[in-house]
Amino acid sequence: MLWLAIFFLVPMVFLGYQSLESGLFPHFEFTWQWSNFSDALSGYHTQLIRSFVYAGIATLACLVLAYPLAYWIAFRAGPWRNLFLLFIVAPFFVTYLVRTLAWLNILADQGPVVRVLRDVHVLGPDGRLLATTFAVVAGITYNFLPFMALPIYVSLEQMDPRLLEASKDLYASSTQAFLRVTLPLSMPGIVAGTLLTFIPAAGDFINAALLGTPKQAMIGNVIQAKFLESLDYPTAASLSFILMGTIMIMLLIYAKVVGSERLTG
Amino acid sequence: MTTVVETLARPPRASFASRAWRFVARHSLTVYALLVVGYLMLPIVVVILFSFNHPTGRFNYVWHKFTFENWIHWNAVLGIQGAVEKSLEVAALATIVATALGTLIALAIVRHRFAGRGATNVLIFLPMSTPEIVMGSSLLALFLNDQNTIQLGFWTIFIAHVMFIISFVVVTVNARLIGFDRHLEEAAMDLGANEWVTFQKVTLPLLAPAILAAGLLGFALSIDDFVITYLNAGPVQTFPIFVWGVARVAVPPQVNVVASGIFLVAIALGLANVFWQYRAAKSTRGGT
Repeated sequence: MLWLAIFFLVPMVFLGYQSLESGLFPHFEFTWQWSNFSDALSGYHTQLIRSFVYAGIATLACLVLAYPLAYWIAFRAGPWRNLFLLFIVAPFFVTYLVRTLAWLNILADQGPVVRVLRDVHVLGPDGRLLATTFAVVAGITYNFLPFMALPIYVSLEQMDPRLLEASKDLYASSTQAFLRVTLPLSMPGIVAGTLLTFIPAAGDFINAALLGTPKQAMIGNVIQAKFLESLDYPTAASLSFILMGTIMIMLLIYAKVVGSERLTG
Repeated sequence: MTTVVETLARPPRASFASRAWRFVARHSLTVYALLVVGYLMLPIVVVILFSFNHPTGRFNYVWHKFTFENWIHWNAVLGIQGAVEKSLEVAALATIVATALGTLIALAIVRHRFAGRGATNVLIFLPMSTPEIVMGSSLLALFLNDQNTIQLGFWTIFIAHVMFIISFVVVTVNARLIGFDRHLEEAAMDLGANEWVTFQKVTLPLLAPAILAAGLLGFALSIDDFVITYLNAGPVQTFPIFVWGVARVAVPPQVNVVASGIFLVAIALGLANVFWQYRAAKSTRGGT
């Protein structure tokens, strides 16, 4: 078994090595072309920043939507718990692309949502939802909501209800009990959820491609197009690395912030 | 009923106003939660609904007329049947291989201390914490590196899928292994079973639920994956790639039919599981 583990470790290491090298690959020669990185960065920093902004907004939206839902399922759904959990994961059972395409139907110009919004003058007579930032962010939020809800549910579900009773006995109001007991105890779930949402959201290109226009293009769209359409492998690979590196740095900062908060709190 | 019990149980200190506020708070939470569930369900309903639509033109955006036509002739669209078959093929093969390997890796990580154990742990988590596009492109970089021997196609998709399913298998099986009572294995050995028999008769059956869960998860992930597959597929079309292709022109209702079909199978399995757990919970409560 040990032998097996090592045997399958090697290709993985090899893969990591290869992907590292490929970032410096001007077509089929290896020449330490570091300028790939700076070129990629100066050419596509708009999309990079946009990716993180969209991912950030979507992650926050997910948190706002998912936390009360997870809380409700964990504490209020009673015997229906498992059924509602199934509801949370149900979107996973519909192919990613198809469920994103469903938003095309829902937000379509002739669709009911746009019509209502036009009637109440939230949107102008020619206003649309498709091909806007809103559509892209809403799509990302939708697609990654389960990733946020499940870890929060798990952390809430593990909570010992006697702790809440204890805080009530100590004269905590329900708001206080929530802020001082429930919320801190569910922090691991929130942390896991934000990571599970933010990381894939930052690299996503399907929502931007289907629900947006090139004006909403994210870094994933660029990487994808570079690899498969313009066959510009070095730029694509270095962009992949920039994306991964930025995420790593953000992770470290995040870990530090969350960690120090825990220490002081 | 619960409210009555809780009102009685609550200390008499709570004023009417605070009780009223609590009542509102409780129900607004329920309403909010149900709205979020509605948001989650909405596109699914739309997908299923539009699988019964008889579109007027090429675009299946506006509801026109109810029909079973699309379900009966689900494979009337060129290429869709092949794509679905390819998806199932890849998913089945990749799941079997990844589940077997993942289980062994999990056993190795939990049971043995070996050089590079920490590194293995990190490597397992890496694919899960990397955006798909980065993983897909790194694999593509690897495959492109050796274009003479490696042809993008079925086997590159297979390798890619095994790569990302393995991580999920390891994590799932790991969770089960950590709570595993090793005394059971020791007992089997004491009773004269050799290592292989112990593994077969004790370890494997106990791990079976986790392995099964991991396998199902892997299968679902594989069928659903687009990004990694798309980058490494070459000319091969799986179902998501087929959808991507038609999404640029016009999506036929048959795509909704296939998606609804996959959904219904999965949800049936899920409901069966919920029901089974419910029954199990009931019987243990009744039994004791």
